[in-house]
Amino acid sequence: METILEIKNLKTHFFTKAGLIKAVDDISFKIKKGEIVGLVGESGSGKSITGFSIIGLIDAPGRIVSGSINFKNEPLLNASSNRMQSLRGNRLAMIFQDPMMTLNPVLRIDTQMIETIKAHDKNISNQEAFRRCRDTLGLVGISSPEERMKAYPHQFSGGMRQRVCIAIAMLNKPDLIIADEPTTALDVTIQGQVIYEMQELCKKTGTALLWITHDLAVVAGIASKICVMYAGRIVEQGSVDDIINKPMHPYTIGLIKSVPSQNKKGEPLHQIEGMVPSMLELPIGCAFHDRCTKTIEKCKIEKPIETNQSDSRVIRCFNFKDIRK
Amino acid sequence: MTDILKVLQVSKNFVKPIDIASKVVNMFGNFYNQEVVHAVDNVSFNVTSGEVVGVVGESGCGKSTLGRMIAGILPLTSGKLDFHDQHYSGFDEGNYKHNSHIDLKIQMIFQDPFSSLNPRQKIIDIISEAPIHHKLISKKDKKYFVKDILNKVGLGTDAMDRFPHQFSGGQRQRIGIARALAVSPEFIVCDESIAALDVSIQAQVINLFLKLRQDLNLTYLFISHDIGVIQHIADRVVVMYLGQIVETASSDEIFSHPNHPYTKALLEGVPTLDTKKKIYTPIKGEIPSPINPPSGCYFHPRCKFSTNKCITDKPSYKEVSPNHFSACHLNS
Ligand SMILES: Nc1ncnc2c1ncn2[C@@H]1O[C@H](COP(=O)(O)OP(=O)(O)OP(=O)(O)O)[C@@H](O)[C@H]1O
Ligand SMILES: Nc1ncnc2c1ncn2[C@@H]1O[C@H](COP(=O)(O)OP(=O)(O)OP(=O)(O)O)[C@@H](O)[C@H]1O
Ligand SMILES: [Mg+2]
Ligand SMILES: [Mg+2]
Repeated sequence: METILEIKNLKTHFFTKAGLIKAVDDISFKIKKGEIVGLVGESGSGKSITGFSIIGLIDAPGRIVSGSINFKNEPLLNASSNRMQSLRGNRLAMIFQDPMMTLNPVLRIDTQMIETIKAHDKNISNQEAFRRCRDTLGLVGISSPEERMKAYPHQFSGGMRQRVCIAIAMLNKPDLIIADEPTTALDVTIQGQVIYEMQELCKKTGTALLWITHDLAVVAGIASKICVMYAGRIVEQGSVDDIINKPMHPYTIGLIKSVPSQNKKGEPLHQIEGMVPSMLELPIGCAFHDRCTKTIEKCKIEKPIETNQSDSRVIRCFNFKDIRK
Repeated sequence: MTDILKVLQVSKNFVKPIDIASKVVNMFGNFYNQEVVHAVDNVSFNVTSGEVVGVVGESGCGKSTLGRMIAGILPLTSGKLDFHDQHYSGFDEGNYKHNSHIDLKIQMIFQDPFSSLNPRQKIIDIISEAPIHHKLISKKDKKYFVKDILNKVGLGTDAMDRFPHQFSGGQRQRIGIARALAVSPEFIVCDESIAALDVSIQAQVINLFLKLRQDLNLTYLFISHDIGVIQHIADRVVVMYLGQIVETASSDEIFSHPNHPYTKALLEGVPTLDTKKKIYTPIKGEIPSPINPPSGCYFHPRCKFSTNKCITDKPSYKEVSPNHFSACHLNS
């Protein structure tokens, strides 16, 4: 399959008054056409900043300091802001955790949607644009879309607003959608709906999806590949089956073991000791070493480099071979 | 086993004051009434000593309101709450009398550990404030007492002289737990107490809850939207929909034989660590408003088994198998 997005050695750093924050620090991964990739990590691990880096929304004090992002073989890091603008919302879309980052509270839903289409297709007729908006809203499960389109965002519930954002992201059938925790604020009942709809839409339109979440279970059932982030780095990536059923990195192993369903009911859960480090004071060497059960001397001094296990399986750990035995 | 808590036909209404727009409309002859939210609507259940009761349901179904009434920090609109067969609840704000003995025995732990801790107080004072105020300990025992409690929740003695902002999220949640434990409660209401924590920290706090339950013989009402967590720790589960209980059963029973279509849909929607491609068959539609709940069974507009009877008649809450109750017309 054709590669849609290729990120190589990307570093996005924030130069804050309090100090340097390496929010994204040397990450590399690929997304193929129509593929669903899960980007998983705890709060502050750099997931959103990865997404913002791709769509070109990094502001001071942040800066992409090195690396490359290729979208359909076009390097994005040197692209003009005009070029980025014309890609965004057209070939490349992002769904934000907070729907109100996409929606304008003082404009009707139909106005906002038609605008999104017209911004990238000047010749389309009003009628045709309207029809496309209506159909897309129908696709994401909004009943009687024709009436609902006349509403303002505040007249919708949280779940419906998020679905409107998904519809807006889908409008121009982009090649890639970055979905930043689109279901975290939703109830499980609504979350199921949204996950299902996104999955269907990707199948129908061949859109690739980068699904950002802190919950491995959310992407386990839909992604084909998972990247696990810890403190600004991808510590392990591989096929969903490898990551969930044969994890190799001690952090991934710990995370999966701590999920309640992996433990006997009522028994203490497996727990990862220690706490998530501050991004301002990361431990020297591997950022996970002081919580890790497999630490060797080297981990305390040196940052582990990426090791390829196979084409799709990459791990950053000095001591993972022993874990597999 | 004795019932430690009895919840008897408890309801809570919130009256929403009419907004300016409606007031203007009222001047022109149309009439808008004050809106009443039936946040908790005629809820009854018992909790036995040492049990963990999980409360689940979609956002806005009344879980926190129920928890706050049980914890004695919100007066009831109607109904009755008994703790060890002693009545302890009041109705309106004016007459709300605290039974301070029972008040201390029931403690609540909140979702956001930070906003509930005074940032200018040292940990030693945060933890010892209530027990000193209620004369459970004397000032000179304070240090020894706090050290002991910090120990119980897995924090070192060095935490005593620090301030809340000097701790991580998981540690702050432990401080919140320590503060609740300081007055030797028997019953703890946990409202989304682990939701704000990092995934790798959640297991630590759940384990602490489990350990304390054993060490101190605590009883919990555990409110959470994380059904995996409820399945792991609850002995019994209460499922709420629009302010009402639709189903109750032991945890094993409800997860293996859910009866109510809403419970089934709720459990089906939970993502699991299963890499097999899942086909979701989600519940249709939105959560209705508790201001204007639907007729008949509140769940009927979203239920795939809905019949005419469900639209007109309210289903009764019946025992469908021993100690398993459900409110659905399909059972009759
Ligand atoms: N504008 C900014 N200025 C300074 N630091 C920032 C800024 N934005 C993000 N960061 C820092 O970059 C790091 C990564 O942030 P990011 O938002 O990517 O985390 P995340 O993985 O998306 O977390 P969450 O799950 O909480 O959304 C964090 O330590 C954060 O504090
Ligand atoms: N102080 C209040 N004034 C008016 N309405 C309120 C008040 N507190 C709660 N409500 C309403 O009562 C209903 C139940 O709210 P509650 O907070 O108990 O729900 P919940 O089940 O805890 O939801 P969540 O999962 O989102 O925390 C909601 O419709 C809410 O808007
Ligand atoms: Mg984020
Ligand atoms: Mg609540």
